[in-house]
Amino acid sequence: MTTLINKKNVASYWQSFPLTLVLCLFLVFPIIVIGIVSFWDYNEYSIIPAFILDNYEFLLTSSVTWQAYLKTFEYAFLTLLLTLGIGFTVAYFLAFHIRSSAMQTILFLLCTVPFLTSNIIRMISWIPLLGRNGLVNSGLQSVGLIDQPLEFLLYSDFAIILAYVHLYTLFMVTPIFNSMMRIDHSLVEAAIDAGASPFQILKDVIIPLSKSGIIIGSIFVFTLVMGDFVTVKIMGGGIRANVAILIYNEISLLQYPAAAAGAMILLITVIMMLVILFRLVDIRKEL
Amino acid sequence: MKKRSSGFFILAGFFMLFVLFLYGPTITIAILSFQGPGGGLTFPMQGTSLHWFRQLFAKQAVGDFGAALVRSLMLGTMVMITTLVFSLLAGMAFRKRFTGSSVIFYLALASLIIPSILISLGIGLMFDRMDLTPQWFSSGFGSHLTWTLPFGLLIMFAVFNRFNPAYEMASADLGASDWQTFRFILLPLLAPSLLGVALFGFTLSYDEFARTLMTSGSFNTLPLELFAMTTNVTTPVLYALGTLTTLVSLACILITIILVRLLRRSLTKTA
Repeated sequence: MTTLINKKNVASYWQSFPLTLVLCLFLVFPIIVIGIVSFWDYNEYSIIPAFILDNYEFLLTSSVTWQAYLKTFEYAFLTLLLTLGIGFTVAYFLAFHIRSSAMQTILFLLCTVPFLTSNIIRMISWIPLLGRNGLVNSGLQSVGLIDQPLEFLLYSDFAIILAYVHLYTLFMVTPIFNSMMRIDHSLVEAAIDAGASPFQILKDVIIPLSKSGIIIGSIFVFTLVMGDFVTVKIMGGGIRANVAILIYNEISLLQYPAAAAGAMILLITVIMMLVILFRLVDIRKEL
Repeated sequence: MKKRSSGFFILAGFFMLFVLFLYGPTITIAILSFQGPGGGLTFPMQGTSLHWFRQLFAKQAVGDFGAALVRSLMLGTMVMITTLVFSLLAGMAFRKRFTGSSVIFYLALASLIIPSILISLGIGLMFDRMDLTPQWFSSGFGSHLTWTLPFGLLIMFAVFNRFNPAYEMASADLGASDWQTFRFILLPLLAPSLLGVALFGFTLSYDEFARTLMTSGSFNTLPLELFAMTTNVTTPVLYALGTLTTLVSLACILITIILVRLLRRSLTKTA
């Protein structure tokens, strides 16, 4: 194997070149541009090259920013908790309770199909269910549980979290399922033989061995929620704001330097959280 | 684990609820898009008709939906082909360690993890500073690649991890050139997985919204059109568009699955 590989080692450079080029042009340079523009000045008509700290100063001293961060972390934390609970249970069911691998594949694919269709459509599809005259409200009213429609169902924090769970649980299921499939079933058998209860098996064998999947899934869900503005805009009905919404609003008002400063702070926040999470797992070993 | 325990039934029930949760809302809007002309956004149905689908294609009703669809399909195809070729090449490159390989790997990972709005803002600003007009086929194309290529690369990693290099060695031993080995051994064996990469590339681009926001220029792609509609359209025409685009996505998935099966069958036949 090594002889074949060494002979063609030079090839790696040109083979990886197109990918590298795209990433430099459309990832590295744009982020550098954001970094530079975040120090620029602006007025109603244009952005002006300069070196000022006003954008950051305004951002970090504004209570709106801090509230938005608080809200963003609240969304991220709640979503993480729910997707983890649901994702782990689903992955556990598929990995340990479905016996034939064909059936496992079919059921897993069943979960992945919605991921391949538009997020926006999946969000608006909650309207007929959660709206004022939606299925949930009319259902509850007809059985007499409530006499007024519940207003908190749509355009609320509840709706936002629900949409996140709907959109992102798959990002939890996939890595956890992946690491569970590598657990040697004889370990579980051994634990049973040694007299472990089902709960002990879960706590001492399965959860530790699927830790890497749990962390990778958490990384995905966390970063997706931190940077999201579409869900908050559509499901929050335009009255809720998280960090990305602030950036989005500044973009709409053409206040690019302010948006850029917001984006840099968001980037730094996400990277700090990721550094903590990556400490817990060697992602390259897991692939 | 030999006998079905009560735990199995509880978990199976949970799984079924999860699937219902995933599909239920989408099925609901699919049904509601067949409302009669007098129908609204919720049940009860006011008769059934194709009225809202016809409205969709009547140009003045909801912006230029047809042109947006064509643009999204073209962009999706461009992104699909590029993702396929670049991910395959990069996947082959990563079979061995080379200088800078981990830098490229972490860049790809960053591309996946960095919030989409940052990519969108950055590329938009970069084009603005270089005095280039953002277009869906230039800046939009690039921004979509930052989303699809990392996915393609990760799939290629998974594929090559399970790939047995003995076939290639045998081919080389028999005197095949590198190109022949690639063309007649590697490519046919990888074909089913490559179709998967293509499917991911196309659908991710076709549905991408956040990265297109500042990079599509003056012409909307379909998700942008949809997003605009969510704020100003309050008729089931919204659902009709949702149903239609979901059908396109489902058709892509089905075609891919069928192609993969056909490929697998022809492979086992020739082997």
